[in-house]
Amino acid sequence: MTAIEHDAPVAHAAAAAEQGRLAQAWSAFAESRVAVGALGVAALLILVAALAPWITPQNPYDLTQLSIMDNMLAPGSRGFDGRLYLLGTDDQGRDMLSAIVYGLRLSLVVGIVATAIALAIGAAVGIVAAYFGGRLDSLLMRLVDIQLSFPAILIALILLAILGKGVDKVVIALVSVQWAYYARTIRSSALVERRREYIEAAQGLALPRWRIIFRHLLPNAFPPLIVVATVQVAHAIALEATLSFLGIGVPITEPSLGLLIANGYGYMLSGRYWIAFYPGIALLVAIVAINLVGDQLRDVMNPRLKR
Amino acid sequence: MLAFLFRRIGQSVLVMAAMATLVFLGVYALGNPIDILVSPEADQIEREQAIARLGLDRPLWVQFLVFVKSALAGDLGRSFVHGLPAIDLILSRMPATLELAFVALVIAIALGLPLGMIAGLSPRSLVGRGIMAGSILGFSLPNFWLGLMLILAFAVELKVLPAGGRGQTRELLGLQWSFFTADGLRHLLLPALTLAIYKASLVARLASAATRETLVQDFVRFARAKGLTPARIVGVHVLKTILIPLVTVIGLEFGSMIAFAVVTETVFAWPGMGKLLIDSIYRLDRPVIVAYLIVIVATFVVINLVVDVVYSLLDPRIRLSERKT
Amino acid sequence: MRGARSVAVAALAALWAAAAGAQELRIGLSAEPSSMDPHFHNLTPNNSLLKHIYDRLIEQDENQRLKPALALSWKAVDDATWEFKLRPGVKFTDGSDFTANDVIYTFCRVPKVENSPSSFVINVRAVIGVSAPDPHTLILKTAQPHPLLPTELSNVAILSAKANGAGQVVFDRKECQNAGSFPKTEAFNSGQAAIGTGPYKLVRFTKGDRIIFERNDAYWGGKQPWERVVFRPITSAGPRVAALLSGDVDLIENVPIQDLPRIKSNPAFKVVQGLSNRIVYLHFDYIDDQPPGVEGTNGKNPFRDKRVREAISKAIDREAIVSRIMGGVAMAAGEMLPPTMFGANKDATAPKVDIEGAKKLLAEAGYANGFSLVLGTPNDRYVNDAMIAQAVAQMLTRVGLKVSVDAMTSSQFFARRNKRDFGLWLAGWGADSGDMSSPLKALLATPNRDKGMGTTNPGGYSNPKVDALLEQALATVDDEKRAALFAQASKAAMEDYGAVPLHFEMTTWAFKKDLTYTPRTDQNTLAMAVKPAP
Repeated sequence: MTAIEHDAPVAHAAAAAEQGRLAQAWSAFAESRVAVGALGVAALLILVAALAPWITPQNPYDLTQLSIMDNMLAPGSRGFDGRLYLLGTDDQGRDMLSAIVYGLRLSLVVGIVATAIALAIGAAVGIVAAYFGGRLDSLLMRLVDIQLSFPAILIALILLAILGKGVDKVVIALVSVQWAYYARTIRSSALVERRREYIEAAQGLALPRWRIIFRHLLPNAFPPLIVVATVQVAHAIALEATLSFLGIGVPITEPSLGLLIANGYGYMLSGRYWIAFYPGIALLVAIVAINLVGDQLRDVMNPRLKR
Repeated sequence: MLAFLFRRIGQSVLVMAAMATLVFLGVYALGNPIDILVSPEADQIEREQAIARLGLDRPLWVQFLVFVKSALAGDLGRSFVHGLPAIDLILSRMPATLELAFVALVIAIALGLPLGMIAGLSPRSLVGRGIMAGSILGFSLPNFWLGLMLILAFAVELKVLPAGGRGQTRELLGLQWSFFTADGLRHLLLPALTLAIYKASLVARLASAATRETLVQDFVRFARAKGLTPARIVGVHVLKTILIPLVTVIGLEFGSMIAFAVVTETVFAWPGMGKLLIDSIYRLDRPVIVAYLIVIVATFVVINLVVDVVYSLLDPRIRLSERKT
Repeated sequence: MRGARSVAVAALAALWAAAAGAQELRIGLSAEPSSMDPHFHNLTPNNSLLKHIYDRLIEQDENQRLKPALALSWKAVDDATWEFKLRPGVKFTDGSDFTANDVIYTFCRVPKVENSPSSFVINVRAVIGVSAPDPHTLILKTAQPHPLLPTELSNVAILSAKANGAGQVVFDRKECQNAGSFPKTEAFNSGQAAIGTGPYKLVRFTKGDRIIFERNDAYWGGKQPWERVVFRPITSAGPRVAALLSGDVDLIENVPIQDLPRIKSNPAFKVVQGLSNRIVYLHFDYIDDQPPGVEGTNGKNPFRDKRVREAISKAIDREAIVSRIMGGVAMAAGEMLPPTMFGANKDATAPKVDIEGAKKLLAEAGYANGFSLVLGTPNDRYVNDAMIAQAVAQMLTRVGLKVSVDAMTSSQFFARRNKRDFGLWLAGWGADSGDMSSPLKALLATPNRDKGMGTTNPGGYSNPKVDALLEQALATVDDEKRAALFAQASKAAMEDYGAVPLHFEMTTWAFKKDLTYTPRTDQNTLAMAVKPAP
């Protein structure tokens, strides 16, 4: 009880400062119209993906809705029963537009979920390392360094070779390659925050350690992670697509964008470009939008460029 | 310096051992390669004998002990598929991958460095913004999709470049290289470009950021005040300063290119070790997967060491012993 | 200086162009052979390629009928004794003569290949004694009547005893005498031990890249039209087609179906296709009471009910699969071996689709509301395999079954199938022997380790009638009677819907218009079958 009372003013002050900073950050962010546009596109894509079952003409994962007689139709053609296929169909008679929207949904879900889990793990590891320092810190950071000295694709590849296919396994692989970035980022910002007065004040009040770490240190050391996380979502989506393209990612009955492209690869030479082309465009738009947002965020948050 | 080297190497050996163990056990858990290796016509007795010939009938821990014992003696086992020492198989594929990664790296630097510096010198100009926007596009393009589109454009539609394969090679020092024949270079161009675009964007962004940061530093102001020509300031002083972070990144990126070559090699049917890895994963050729991992970890250790040494040579303020990792 | 260099470059280029002239044949392969050792890995890509370097006693022609090669003739002297007359005047590429001693040496080496992932022992296991009354006569003994012996020997490549340092070899099933130390697989890959009697000689084997042969001018079968043959493994279909179209290779095998129209319509190229010995089929798990993936059957195994199997067969529109997914490059199947081959029922036709009939049968079996099941399939082993599986799933869904497809890379698929991880699965079977014994023994006979039966029947299909007919056939040396017994056995299995045949694959080859190619049922791609067009 007493702890909360003593605790509150410190937290409030931090929250108010946070709000002020957010408003400031937004106005800095909005300086770039491209970035605002990209944010809009990203939001739109997420909305489309979330509403996929209600807005697509077909559920591409439901075999009863596919007709093999309608396979490999060119964009804009009509099927056996007169249905219009705006972006054509693939080898299974899947409506490409629906397949792309569902694929986008899968890609975004995998990217965001993996990033969120990795963020949680990485933040916990990094903040603990920063707060306690010493042996624990150097051990954890050594681990991070070792992991970061290998390219993500290699680690993910090897992991999936061991784990086998599946959406859950792709998420595990993506989390495994991402957490170290967050751990390193939050550790360095937490090291700075740690020496600030409010932490010392909290320590002086003899608050429990976990409370200092997670209620005071973490929120204040968190902002730099937003930039990393944004960029990492884009990375995760690209990596998932790559792994699925290599045939070791998601199962073929529930294609993500990468797998759709891999399926289309075989048809490219025969002139049926649309099976590989449009999913690639969707993938590209999603990644570019997220990267543009991340790029602007980084500029906003990089104090060194503001001299 | 020496203590640093020893610590680094010791650490890497530990990593290698841990990863090799993990992969060994993981691939074992994934399935028995005999199911695809043995001829469909084989009967049950021949199947059992084949399993015994490959040593797969022994309990896992025995297999693992045998592996560890021979690995310590420098033998990483024989490929189940090819019947050859796994390490020979990988080394024979290595030149193709190194060649591809090297050419890609050269392209990436040749494109990225000047573009990045231009963008960094005038970040607000149209050109500068254009370059940065382009770099985001290049950065975001999925590697494999870019490869497909290049094939579609240059091989299928324009028919000016081959769609895949390695083309004619020439022997030098007992190895086959594509550098020396026109056909080889034609085959090399698309995959190298595919691999390079992402890195070129990365280099451009780094060069731009470093240039911007360098320009506001005091020594550049002094140089200007002293009346040095802008060309000299940029070409010598700025370039030298931004090279330091770039060398690190480029060095590490060379390693990541070798890893990323897995994708490019698959798209372009390039006979490098990345393709070998993918094929081996498909066929559960455990000795090759484990050996690939060990070779690549060793390669990374060497690259990281070289980067550190070059770094310390470029920037005397940094002493090796003070750096972690 | 610069002028001199460009002249040199031009001269070099001209040299390369000359080397790639009319005498050179370049072939794009869809799978990479793993070794140049003909006894290392018993798998089609290896066997096909190594026919260029090594001969067999008996070879299989383009329809897999047996034909004399290093043996001029063979006959069963009695039920368990065979006499082979060998071809005189044949030389190995090292100059030594081919004699019966080389055959004996080969029989001794086959079981002794280190690290072989799949050996040829199965083809020589029946032989319990070998002797040579004279250098060109060979007497083989088997324990029981073994009519398949000539077929089996058509898979065994003959090595030279002398070139490998052996003396006069004495055959013994355990340990031959005077055979010396057998060459290792590496020695074949380097070319040192790659000595045969075949139409070509190995020049270079570069893994992952190319295999180069040159003509063996001393070949007994007549001079080949190609001085040099280059094989390039291009395993991805797209690049393989692109290599043909751009002129990097002269001929490719396994043209992806989707690219056929484009190549056919191009006047610079020709395409041939031929029926293969490979059947694509569905098979069931009979053993488990609750097969993996099957739900909604009240704990029963629905596949044990013949009506369910028949309903599944009736629900499938084989013609639609052939026309829509296989692009017409396949043949709907009514049994497990194409009608033209030994022991097949010539009148076997593919069942017609009958959705109402299928629904009725399911209702009779007590599944009026259907049940759910998982269809396992590889996605990189057979032509369009995963697509076929998805089409089958769509078709089964239409008769009320809830089907989901579990597709995976072939290594995982085969491992899981052999562990009985699927209730229903799609797979393919190539009859390497070219007769009905192959699919029956492997897929439909009751599994029995000692008899070598049911080797690829993990679901445990068992039909005493099929077993009895098959066993009788396998002991019948008379060709005509044996063929009739095989046909009866097959009919019995098909009437019971023991497995559900879908279609026979066709193999395709595409090549420049100034060539011809004779299609083969064994899916081999041989330079010997490529001729300059007249």
